[in-house]
Amino acid sequence: MPWPLIRLLPREFHVDFVRGAPVAAIISAVLIAGSIGSFVVQGLNFGIDFVGGTAIEVRTKGPVPLGELRAAVPAAGGHDAQVQGFGRPDTAIVRFRTEGADTFKAADAVKQKLAVRFPGMEFKPPVVVGPKVSGELMTSGFMALGIAMALMLAYIWFRFQLQFGLGAVVAVFHDVILTLGLLSLTQIEFSMTSIAALLTVIGYSMNEKVITFDRLRENLRKYKTTPLRDVINKSENERLSRTLITGSTAILALSGALFLGGPVLFPLVSTMVFGVLIGTYSSIYVALPIILLWGVKRNDEPAEPLKPATSSVQRP
Amino acid sequence: MIKVARWKIVLVVLATLYGIFFTLPNVLPASARDSLPAFMPRQVLNLGLDLQGGSYLLYEVDTQALRAERLTNLTEDARTELRNAEIQFSGLGVVNGEVVVRITDPAQVDAAARALRKTLGAPLAGAAGGRDVTISVEGDQRIRIAFVSQALQAQAAKSVDQSIEVIRRRIDELGTKEPDIRRQGANRISIAAPGESDPKKLQAIVGQTAKLTFQMVDETADLAAAQSGRVPPGTMLVPGDDLAPFYVVKRRALVTGEMLTDAGSAFDQQTGRPVVTFRFNGVGAKKFGEATSANVGKRFAIVLDNKVISAPTIINPITGGNGQITGNFTTESANNLAILLRAGALPAPLTIQEQQTVSAELGADAIRAGAISLVIGGIAIIIFIVLAYGLFGVFAALALIVNVLLILGIMSMTQATLTFPGIAGLILTLAVAVDANVLIYERVRDEAHAGRTPIMALEHGYSRALVSILDANITSAISAVIMFQFGSGPIRGFAWTLLIGVVTSVFTAVVITQVLIGWWFRAAKPKALPIE
Repeated sequence: MPWPLIRLLPREFHVDFVRGAPVAAIISAVLIAGSIGSFVVQGLNFGIDFVGGTAIEVRTKGPVPLGELRAAVPAAGGHDAQVQGFGRPDTAIVRFRTEGADTFKAADAVKQKLAVRFPGMEFKPPVVVGPKVSGELMTSGFMALGIAMALMLAYIWFRFQLQFGLGAVVAVFHDVILTLGLLSLTQIEFSMTSIAALLTVIGYSMNEKVITFDRLRENLRKYKTTPLRDVINKSENERLSRTLITGSTAILALSGALFLGGPVLFPLVSTMVFGVLIGTYSSIYVALPIILLWGVKRNDEPAEPLKPATSSVQRP
Repeated sequence: MIKVARWKIVLVVLATLYGIFFTLPNVLPASARDSLPAFMPRQVLNLGLDLQGGSYLLYEVDTQALRAERLTNLTEDARTELRNAEIQFSGLGVVNGEVVVRITDPAQVDAAARALRKTLGAPLAGAAGGRDVTISVEGDQRIRIAFVSQALQAQAAKSVDQSIEVIRRRIDELGTKEPDIRRQGANRISIAAPGESDPKKLQAIVGQTAKLTFQMVDETADLAAAQSGRVPPGTMLVPGDDLAPFYVVKRRALVTGEMLTDAGSAFDQQTGRPVVTFRFNGVGAKKFGEATSANVGKRFAIVLDNKVISAPTIINPITGGNGQITGNFTTESANNLAILLRAGALPAPLTIQEQQTVSAELGADAIRAGAISLVIGGIAIIIFIVLAYGLFGVFAALALIVNVLLILGIMSMTQATLTFPGIAGLILTLAVAVDANVLIYERVRDEAHAGRTPIMALEHGYSRALVSILDANITSAISAVIMFQFGSGPIRGFAWTLLIGVVTSVFTAVVITQVLIGWWFRAAKPKALPIE
């Protein structure tokens, strides 16, 4: 076996990426429609972080069995259960969300079930707790994200061309919609953590776009007369080994947490894995086709003699 | 490339030492940490509430005080309105939570009620045409003005929401603490902050209302008479500082804390004592400029939470909108007040109800499983990169290890809060850091295949890949800086971690591997590169 393994990767790839673009466009459109559909029909499963819930202080004879209590609350009908030791070892605070309009009745039902499961447990009266994510937190968060996107677009415009910036932003929106669609479809609890996952997806996706554009820009300067379609194909083939290695590294890094991280990490990490895949896909099949359809300005910059040893051979 | 600049080597060595130095306290037991020599850092990573628990405070919003304040304002509004309408009245005051006034001339009662109905109160949300006060005419020429109960409830609820936002802004000023702030019940607020966040410090920052006003001192008032209860109309008696135990000040505030745009702590240039500096917004600067121009030679009082903290004499009109408060400050209390002024005043006073410690939100099993899985992820990256790129992969792996040390070191030093999602994000940061090395090595491979000598392939590979790496990371850095600047709470924490990762990743992936490959190249003098 050759070592290092990189020698296994062929020196050149000849994949006609652009040819697949119309099919990819249909797939993307269907997925986006599906995401929006799921969004409209069942929405996101907002967790206690967003909608608030009920808190009960409990006291037991000995130390509170926190682990058992954590498992027992969902079984008793309390969603998104959070159990924390509170002050003394024999006291804990239990927070959960209930379905239905009558919160107090539902909370009482959970209490009754817990009382049966843990004999001798004393309960303080349940209190309503508000969401962890307040209105201002959301508005300032969206505003920050909006400004960040606008400035990233401006930077890409400054470094590349306007259509590159717009291509990147549209592709990132595509990724965000599909990720939210996945969260809606699977009805995974949408929590503060989901926001972190979304931001990570956006960051990774933007990184992919810029790397993609960089190679395209270089080849546009090198092959001034080659049709845009062919330059895009060539750039993607040149970049493919890097895309494969980086993508595998990211997935590999997350796979430990995906399979062994337990129920706490799974929703977060699965969102991130999805984000890595979709971010790679949308670089090739959303951002680049937008640039291809729009066209680019060429021949306005002096040629850079980059690889004189080969470019004279490859230049048509 | 092959002759690696000396400053790069120095930088790499320093950065590696820094990373080890600042990460070290995290792996030492607490007892060993305490016996470290004084010059060694002792700060450990500040883990989030989900991983290690922390302190918990429960506050109650004093909605009674808020109601009393609104009644006082309503009384003053009624007084102004009746005076403007030139209606004689007596006995204006608050009785049983309602404003009562007796109109002297029976013929004017209806006119008075009309005048009051026209201007008092505000439209009531959710009821078309409804207002938040009711005005009723009763026997004996009396008019009764009361708040609608619905309006009082809405006001109380709003004040709790506002308090939550003010508290969040204040705690954000202390750094990325990732606190958990929620409404509890109707008018309580629970605050939990991770780890060794000092509850006393939290209380100092959260509990103070921080209502700041600038009011003229009434020099003509008889202080002794005022202290025995005979306060001249339109003025109020306020407790003072060391110089004077009480001041009589005009009720009407010249400017208020809401008109500040910025505040900071500094040292007085003459006395060297800590002061709080501030800047007014346009409206505040104009009002303050006018007031100080009209009152040169007189004193104004700076009143914080109904206590005069200083009462300077106006020597020159202050029209620039900048000023400073000299009071009896320590460096810490000046800094605290500046934070409070920047974050804004609480709409109502808070009273502390409970102080507790809370354990981690996640169970020990969940934390252990997650930690192991994440370490496995990190090891998987290293194995993969070494398998893929051989010796160059080893260099990349070394850079990655220094990267982890640097990130943990900087996070320990800046006391950024690391939560479980944060750690997972860190793993992805490492994958992107590896991407920088992949970009370089793939580029070097391209150049080598194009027929360049190993030296030239390395030179060109690094310089060409650097363009992509910088573009990608500057884009990330822009978004991180913006999210830190404009976001709040956990968004800020996320942005800070991202920013640290971007900077350390570029440095380690580019500079460290360059130094290592340079050394190897000079030692081995290879005919071909191991990744060709």
